[in-house]
Amino acid sequence: MNFVLDWGIKFVLVLLISLIGIFLGLLYKGFDRKITAMMQSRIGPPLRQPFRDVKKLFMKETIIPDYAVPWLFNYAPIFALLPSLVALAYLPLGPFGPLMDGYGDLILLLYLLAIPAVAMAIGGLASGSPYATVGAQRELVLMMSYELPLAIAAVTLAYNYETFSVGVISSEPVWSTVGAMGFVGFALVLATLLAVMPGELSKVPFDQAEAETELAGGLFVEYSGRNLALFYIAEAVKMIFVGALLIALFFPYQLSTLIDPWISLGGPTIPLLEMGLWAMIADVAFFLVKLLVIIYVGVSVIRVAFARFQINKASYFYWVPMTIIGLLGTLLVVLERTGL
Amino acid sequence: MSREKDTTYEVPIGPIHPALKEPFLIKFKLKGEEIVDAEPFPGMNHRGIEFMGMHRNPMEVIPLSERICGICSIVHQHMFTTATEHALSIEPTNRARYIRTIMCELERIHSHILWAGVAAHEIGFDTHLHFTWKIREKVMDLLEYIAGNRVNYSMWTFGGVRRDITEEMYPKIFETLEYYENLYEKLEEIFLEDPSIKLRTRGVGVLTKKDALELCGVGPTVRASGVKKDVRIDQPYAAYGDLDLDYVIPSRYGFENKGDVFCKTVVRLKELLQSVDIIKKCVEQMPEGEITSEPKKAALLNKLGKSAGEGIGRIEAPRGEAIHYVRLSEERDDVDCWKIRASTYNNLSTYAPMFMGEQIADIPLIAASIDPCIGCMDRAEIIDINRGEVQSYTKEELHELSVKKTKQITKGGVE
Repeated sequence: MNFVLDWGIKFVLVLLISLIGIFLGLLYKGFDRKITAMMQSRIGPPLRQPFRDVKKLFMKETIIPDYAVPWLFNYAPIFALLPSLVALAYLPLGPFGPLMDGYGDLILLLYLLAIPAVAMAIGGLASGSPYATVGAQRELVLMMSYELPLAIAAVTLAYNYETFSVGVISSEPVWSTVGAMGFVGFALVLATLLAVMPGELSKVPFDQAEAETELAGGLFVEYSGRNLALFYIAEAVKMIFVGALLIALFFPYQLSTLIDPWISLGGPTIPLLEMGLWAMIADVAFFLVKLLVIIYVGVSVIRVAFARFQINKASYFYWVPMTIIGLLGTLLVVLERTGL
Repeated sequence: MSREKDTTYEVPIGPIHPALKEPFLIKFKLKGEEIVDAEPFPGMNHRGIEFMGMHRNPMEVIPLSERICGICSIVHQHMFTTATEHALSIEPTNRARYIRTIMCELERIHSHILWAGVAAHEIGFDTHLHFTWKIREKVMDLLEYIAGNRVNYSMWTFGGVRRDITEEMYPKIFETLEYYENLYEKLEEIFLEDPSIKLRTRGVGVLTKKDALELCGVGPTVRASGVKKDVRIDQPYAAYGDLDLDYVIPSRYGFENKGDVFCKTVVRLKELLQSVDIIKKCVEQMPEGEITSEPKKAALLNKLGKSAGEGIGRIEAPRGEAIHYVRLSEERDDVDCWKIRASTYNNLSTYAPMFMGEQIADIPLIAASIDPCIGCMDRAEIIDINRGEVQSYTKEELHELSVKKTKQITKGGVE
């Protein structure tokens, strides 16, 4: 009976997290668009524009091209969205630890990170348009390119904590587990992960798969209505997923615990923060701010500051410079751990 | 082995595609990401403007001619006017020549800045698109201040211009020129030094000097390959003869004349600076006098209706040399014949060598690198209504047709 109740609650919570994930994804998409616009000296759309976009897309007709493979074409958007939603249940979100802690680890998250890209490629290939086919090929090439630095980063973290569990890794900030050399090492690993982020999220300079001016939307060129809306949401949730993953791995700080040393040094106590609920609200707010900063650095700024790379140059970028930087970081961490 | 089968596939870019700003079709044969073959198919934006022009009197054609293109409206207006002046032996006044020069160069400034923004957009660098289009507003404001309109200025008339540039306008003109001089370094820093732009433009879309000469390209497209070709210098019109100009080619500024997109950017940016200098000199040297040699409208119209002749108007448009041919006859008040050859028509043939061996990712940038203006270019299309086919003629067939027509006209007298 207890078992059933336990899983019942988890089921409800997963649904809740999914809804929150979609909401946050669309909201942060709005932030990204607004911030980008301001950096490009435009006015930009209002924050709720992504919500309006989704609403409108759901009202539009969903067209399936004649040359498409209908079932693949229709299921691809769902398989692009689901992994990101599932992943949120395995990630610590602000003050809340991973809901499914113990049922999956960093390896699972890496796979969940890869599925949307594969789903997008399948959807593109299934739509039977030459543009989408080229886009799908590019998506797969890009995926193969950024998986290597991503795996290096994951292995480095696992080596440091001697576990792949996200719950354990996020229980102690990585910066305080190592000395100066390891600190530099992890800074390099973080840099590679930040470089992987626009690739994961198909943003400039790594948006070759969509490449509006080249492929007219690439993968999504034949998608419309509900299917396109699902892809749109999937992209938004994936942004939250990647952001939350970076926070969990590198910045699992909580406002309520950050404030402790200050209080112990004799600073005035903030009575509200000592009450559980307020501490939680502060931590949630802090988490949202961290997410905004990560998305600002990893998506908005890079998007504004670069031109789209050619696909071979993007591949080279991940395979050579980023892999070397990642390996260098790993080397520094290993050197420190082994005490050489 | 049976593995060696043809792995090329065809991707059409156009007629409607985000890489192209106007309807136009290029069919690409691709092998993976590499372009094996490219063939342009124009004729998607034919509007029959020449035909419309041939049913109006020359006075009415002036506003029509500037509507050929939204960006180079002064160019077409100038060419039509000068072609007609040539046919009727009307001389524009000296002051009008200077005002025309100033307007032409102002348009070059706005066209080149617009091109830079489009090029940045094509490689996914939207930040610079918004930046360049923002600074372009300043010259648009100046054009509006002088002519009363942001586009389609209606400044030209036979024998001169319709609006004067008075001394009260000078401060505003100089202010705008100074604005661009100050911004120029920033533009150069963005387009010539930014590593991610250099990565995309260097060595991409190369047009060798040999190809440029053989394919008769015009304007910045071939100047980037080191071809010294500029109507403003070769056959000066308006007030260009009074000015000391030099060909803008990359080697003058310490770059190699490679003919890639990077060099085309260099040429256009340097021309921006050249235009600023030209306008400054023109304003300083502006002669006094009337702005038009034919101030009486009724007399002019009468003259236009009764005289016959044919004339040619040439100009160095922002995109390169363009030509208008105009013929007037005594029997008809309307323009008897009007033929336009825009710069894009010449530059289109340079596409083939530029695309070869490049990647899909470079298509939009290379397509934009000649600054195509399809609206200017699409002038004729042959459609077989019975068969519902669009036909195209080869060079030999066209030659044969021309010979036949000439024989018809001269009644077989000329071989």
